[in-house]
Amino acid sequence: MLLLSDYLILSAALFTLSVTGIVINRNNLILLLMCIELMLLAVNTNFIAFSHFQGNIVGEIFVFFILTVAAAEAAIGLAILIVLYRNKKSIRVDELNTLKG
Amino acid sequence: MALQQIIFYLFASLVVGSGALMIFSRNPVKSALFLVLAFFASAAVWMMLEAEFLALILIFVYVGAVMTLFLFVVMMLHLEPAQLKGGFVKYLPFALIVLAILIGVMVYVFLPVNISENSVIEHSAEYSNIKALGSVLYTEYVYPTELAAVLLLVAIVAAISLAHKRRSKHVKGQDVSRQLAATKANRLRVMKVATEPKVKDE
Repeated sequence: MLLLSDYLILSAALFTLSVTGIVINRNNLILLLMCIELMLLAVNTNFIAFSHFQGNIVGEIFVFFILTVAAAEAAIGLAILIVLYRNKKSIRVDELNTLKG
Repeated sequence: MALQQIIFYLFASLVVGSGALMIFSRNPVKSALFLVLAFFASAAVWMMLEAEFLALILIFVYVGAVMTLFLFVVMMLHLEPAQLKGGFVKYLPFALIVLAILIGVMVYVFLPVNISENSVIEHSAEYSNIKALGSVLYTEYVYPTELAAVLLLVAIVAAISLAHKRRSKHVKGQDVSRQLAATKANRLRVMKVATEPKVKDE
């Protein structure tokens, strides 16, 4: 018998992994975007697990919209990445210092 | 141990293992492929949660479209490995501390003794996830669905206009600033044309 906490611990592990990935891959912008995708996957797994264990379909509706927004975000993020590479010939995060923030 | 549990732990370890290989891999192409594997395995986990439609959407949309886009971009940029090196070892101790703290807190919170909600509603064999999802999505959530469609259109327009190369000399197109700077004086010239003398009729 699988419990709700099994799924929650799985998604917690996935979320933590992606946070770690963001911390250690600070120089590769593509890998940062991929880590964000992994993070969204963990969140969606949480939503679906709660939706299943509470018998409420609204959680799955929410996941549907999260998937839509994440697809749009990935497309625009990659387009920005291409423009950035065309202008700077690099996607290292520490070279993105022209705003002097 | 029940068969269901064996399948769950198989796919869960596949998700976590491929996620770990993704973040520790030095080659962006390998990372993208490990992320694809993580998506496949978590689609299987979602199938076990009776979310068949979303599991298939995850495979079709994510593996089929988004990850293909990622792979295209990774291969198009032809990054040198030297450009991506550095910073890994510097941040690794900090990253391991973050990993330990986060996973410790989350696992403690999510232990079965702390989660009271553990009752599953058993559905019959005729239960259709797609029918249940669609009957809510197109009635109660119809406006958010329309908004999501508009959002995708905006994303298409934004991505194309961002990544589209500026046109070369051979392509004809408008130059909006020149069009706006044009005045009547340099476009239209009124000339006096000598008229022929009127023919007198006898």
